[in-house]
Amino acid sequence: MSAELTGAEIVVQALTDLGVEVIFGYPGGAVLPIYDALFAQGRIRHILVRHEQAAVHAAEGYARSSGKVGVVLVTSGPGATNAVTGITDALMDSIPLVVLTGQVPTHLIGTDAFQECDTVGITRHCSKHNYLVQDTARLGGVIHEAFYIARSGRPGPVVIDIPKDVQILKARYEKPGVIGHKTYKPQVKGNLSSIEAAVEMIAAAERPIFYTGGGIINSGPVATQLLRELARVTGAPVTSTLMGLGTMPNEHPQFLGMLGMHGSYEANMAMNRCDLMVCLGARFDDRVTGRLDAFSPNSKKIHVDIDRSSLNKTVRVDLGILGDVGGVMEDMLKVWKARGKKAGDLEQWWSDIAGWRARDSFGFEQKGETLLPQHAIKRLYEMTKAQKPIISTEVGQHQMWAAQHFGFDAPNKWLTSGGLGTMGYGLPAAIGAQVANPGALCIDIAGEASIQMNIQELGTASQYNLPVKIFIINNQYMGMVRQWQELNHGSRYSHSYSESLPDFVKLGEAYGWKGIVIDSASGLDEGIAAMLAHDGPVIVDCRVSKLANCFPMIPSGASHVDMILHADETRGEADEDAKALV
Amino acid sequence: MKHLPSERHTLSILVDNEAGVLARIVGLFSARGYNIDSLTVADVSGDHAVSRITVVTNGPPPVIEQIIAQLDRIVPVHRVLDLTALGPHVEREMALVKVAGKGAQRDEALRIADIFRARPVDTTTGSFVFEVSGPTSKVDQFIALMREVGLVEVARTGVVAIARGAEAV
Repeated sequence: MSAELTGAEIVVQALTDLGVEVIFGYPGGAVLPIYDALFAQGRIRHILVRHEQAAVHAAEGYARSSGKVGVVLVTSGPGATNAVTGITDALMDSIPLVVLTGQVPTHLIGTDAFQECDTVGITRHCSKHNYLVQDTARLGGVIHEAFYIARSGRPGPVVIDIPKDVQILKARYEKPGVIGHKTYKPQVKGNLSSIEAAVEMIAAAERPIFYTGGGIINSGPVATQLLRELARVTGAPVTSTLMGLGTMPNEHPQFLGMLGMHGSYEANMAMNRCDLMVCLGARFDDRVTGRLDAFSPNSKKIHVDIDRSSLNKTVRVDLGILGDVGGVMEDMLKVWKARGKKAGDLEQWWSDIAGWRARDSFGFEQKGETLLPQHAIKRLYEMTKAQKPIISTEVGQHQMWAAQHFGFDAPNKWLTSGGLGTMGYGLPAAIGAQVANPGALCIDIAGEASIQMNIQELGTASQYNLPVKIFIINNQYMGMVRQWQELNHGSRYSHSYSESLPDFVKLGEAYGWKGIVIDSASGLDEGIAAMLAHDGPVIVDCRVSKLANCFPMIPSGASHVDMILHADETRGEADEDAKALV
Repeated sequence: MKHLPSERHTLSILVDNEAGVLARIVGLFSARGYNIDSLTVADVSGDHAVSRITVVTNGPPPVIEQIIAQLDRIVPVHRVLDLTALGPHVEREMALVKVAGKGAQRDEALRIADIFRARPVDTTTGSFVFEVSGPTSKVDQFIALMREVGLVEVARTGVVAIARGAEAV
């Protein structure tokens, strides 16, 4: 029979049993017993952030770059509410997290006690699941169950709210054998007859396309290999969502680049003109589909997803397959081979695609000394690709330019806030990725506005000697806001100019970082080289053309064929319907 | 898909009988803009482990399909059954209807109650409380008639429903 442990000791023991190596957190009154239990052990490393939101983003960066569950520990009240943005971010992007929050003692719950908030109420709809643990004896089981829920099916964040008395009272803890949940058992294996039907449809298609997403990355590294094999045997083109970048090698001849609002012309045209669309682990997000009633009007659609509610949510499909995308692709390949299928004659299809590719929609011309943001990112890519860097971003124009011009050849290397679009995501995510991958080159491609949303995390990197690099694409505007104001609001730049910017070099230096300014095209390579040569954290203030905009673009509410390819003819006033769209 | 005609569907949702589970269900409906026409919930298991929630909702078929899929992925939800789609089932609700009046009005109220097999469960010299049960349409009708003879207030349970036949769902 096991000895009795305090609730706080049970937390640490259960996390240890679950193989947790790192927690991102911030102490406070309602979690002091757990912090005391952490102090007494040497197996779990705790990374002290400077703000709870950053703890969650760091755990996301850790989870996405390593494939493990990210773990967060914060206090009650403001600790929990500060974590809400990160929790919502992880829900939208399907990132497995377990977030432990302190709570006031059970007898004070509901009395508006100091630093009390209704954490389970607040996080009920922004987490995959949540718990308020009212009995120390249940704590260990809940933690194990939470990890199971966080990482199975469609992954997501699970919140465990632990009142302070529950942390102090004692109970027996034993490591459970098989971990599961009595009713939550997501379907992993796809229906075989549906998979056979899908194979027949793919083999018969004249203009097929694979539309792939972050589900393939969540499914694990094998799924990436299976996708590449599926592409090889079928000969079909592949496009990826923002979340799925890296599953197909950037330079692969069958890869059309990212699709959607700022995707490539060839990817969007191919989506519009295909006769068969095979969606693998993506969810027909509005940034991908554009105007729904004009979305890929003449295609049959197959959708593979682990979340039943994603099937037929916005786009009706002809064949929905519920299951893990990796397993479904494996079965597709087996059926393909068993039935002796050969790649169809796609010559005309590839010739159409070559025509769209020739438009060179991501093209730009760097002339003179004013640095184009696209060129800065392209050179950053070229000068770092041999090191296989992990790239995080903030949210805005720089994020889309990074998606367009930084090439990814492997999964788990690209960390960006896709669904929620959280400014301030990139720096803590890069910190989390650096903790998970100590030897890797981790770069946050940032904007000068976004970086200020979690700038305090410079201190976290300094404290743990994490050699994170921040590469700020500084155009002195909230560029994407300004771009939309130009497109839709008569170029009235309402509050989108970044006034009173700090001196980023001095700011970095104040935290013990190296600071570098790049302010001309001719100084770019030298600046990037200096950043790479420094073995500690570096903040680069890369000053770029102030008014460059991010193209190509499908304006909100337009269809794939109505892409704006270049910056001319884009200023104006949108009608009311378009203004109302996000 | 919003322009398709709306359908009324009765859903049975079996859930873990734990704190907050009703808030998860109701919050899903409000967060995603689905309709709730009526909702009932009660513990239905011998060991207090499972509650049964009956929701009457309406929407076009793709929305109903999405509601079921969304409900199904809530962790403490065991099963979601679309009784309307599954076929023959029985729906009932109960109402307590308070009517006040004197003389002929009072006689008429009792006569209507008799026709509807509504039982007086409370009476004073100036009022009745009737208990009426049946399909929603019958309860609606009864209340409409009582409006003419001195209706004071109404309390309704909302719909409970179960599939016909010997099988459990």
